[in-house]
Amino acid sequence: MLSAYMDLIRIRFIMMLAYRVNYYSGILIYTLNIGAYYFLWQAIYNNQTELGGFTLAQMTTYVAVSWMARAFYFNNLDREIANEIRDGSVAIQFIRPYSYLMVKMMQGFGEGIFRLVLFMAPGMVLACLLFPVSLPTDPGTWALYLVMLAFSFLINSQINMLTGLFAFFVENNEGMLRMKRVLVDLFTGVVVPISLFPGWLEVLMKWLPFQAITYLPSSVFTGRTTGVDAWHVLLLQAIWFLVLIVPILWVWRKARTRLFVQGG
Amino acid sequence: MFYATLLWEYMKNYAKTRLTYRADFWLEVLSDLMFQGLNLIFILIVFQHTPTLGGWSEAEVVFVYGFFMVPYGIFTTFFNLWNFSERYIVKGEMDRVLTRPAHNLYQILLENIDPPSLIGSAVGLVIMGLSWSQLGLPFEVLDLVMLLVFVIGAVMIYAGLYTALTAISFYSDAPTGILPLMYNIQGYGRYPINIYNKAIRFLLTWLLPFAFVGVIPASYFLGRNEDGLSTLALYTPLVGAIVLVIGLTIWNRGIKRYRGAGS
Repeated sequence: MLSAYMDLIRIRFIMMLAYRVNYYSGILIYTLNIGAYYFLWQAIYNNQTELGGFTLAQMTTYVAVSWMARAFYFNNLDREIANEIRDGSVAIQFIRPYSYLMVKMMQGFGEGIFRLVLFMAPGMVLACLLFPVSLPTDPGTWALYLVMLAFSFLINSQINMLTGLFAFFVENNEGMLRMKRVLVDLFTGVVVPISLFPGWLEVLMKWLPFQAITYLPSSVFTGRTTGVDAWHVLLLQAIWFLVLIVPILWVWRKARTRLFVQGG
Repeated sequence: MFYATLLWEYMKNYAKTRLTYRADFWLEVLSDLMFQGLNLIFILIVFQHTPTLGGWSEAEVVFVYGFFMVPYGIFTTFFNLWNFSERYIVKGEMDRVLTRPAHNLYQILLENIDPPSLIGSAVGLVIMGLSWSQLGLPFEVLDLVMLLVFVIGAVMIYAGLYTALTAISFYSDAPTGILPLMYNIQGYGRYPINIYNKAIRFLLTWLLPFAFVGVIPASYFLGRNEDGLSTLALYTPLVGAIVLVIGLTIWNRGIKRYRGAGS
């Protein structure tokens, strides 16, 4: 059984490899994103030395690391699941002797490995060359961050799966998918660190899983969160990972009884 | 005339199909508006921490954002080719389109028309109006004419750029995934362009002229002439025409390479 899932990872990785040329443009565009936000933040800082607990140097690192982390954990599982539900191919998946949700997660993982090696890593090198990014020197921070990155991927994929599964209940969830994408970029803190949000929104974010995807891990990596607090971040990620399994399984159970295929 | 009747017929068809999923329609309008609102939240958050952005006040940046929404709404109404490669090339629907007499791009655009996006333009106009009075700008009839000219120019820039990017599907059979990335970049045309360094400014002005769909034309109304911005605004329709011609040329050349999907 396990080898079947391993193969799914391998197949998706090879599939992505076939399209690797497209990701060269991706690296350039992500670097451009980092550049645009770098200058935007420079203008926002103007003469202030610190905003929301970040110095400008930390903010630059935060922006670069967050965008490159996004390059890794981003996937289109939500759209894939929604499409398979809409065109009915999910029905075939039902009768196969594996868990559909696990299959999707493994495919996402295969894509993630590809993105880590051929997108995030070279992108990070390029960003470090172009912008004054200061990387941590402590190998422990690096190790901790890599574990957190794995959780970022898991939690983001879980949210994607949950959104995709809603296609069982609404005929056309294109709008929802688009909204989710923007919502996630804002709430995870890729665009603005959560500590700069207005008070009430900052409090709200503490109770939602999004901060565990980018904001908290990036805060550790930039050296803003250290020591015991850093371990708390990891714990929080693990808790969110476990908590999110519940609604996914619940929706999945509910959904199977009401699948109707349009057209198909 | 033939093309105008086609537009009307497609519109009627659109209305009929949408009326079957009424709840869905409102959901889409709502999510569209929230989508726009979220971008506005970013601007509002930023101005909680700084009084000006590169010398521009909050009301001015919000004004630029309002202007940005108007051509963007019109563009997304008529241009919904996000899954062009999958639907028309991989699945071979282009065959059907090519057997008909009307220009292929025109047909494809009308098949994917999405009028609810126009609500975004309306909201943009309201935002512009509000910041217009907040800034106490004088209002003349000429401004209305210029607004129309700039909006048409900006829509042509979008149309040209995205037509060219979509046409890549004819040259390379792999899904490019470049469109959603472009989406991020066009957003940078909403901010005062003087905050960027020379390279990004050059890119946004001349290579991917997204500054011409946001900050440059808006600066005409705001009367901001740093780096000749509001003078540059007058070139918006010209830039639009050039980009559109380039886009259409790439498309028309690409279509000749289309061989149909096997089987």
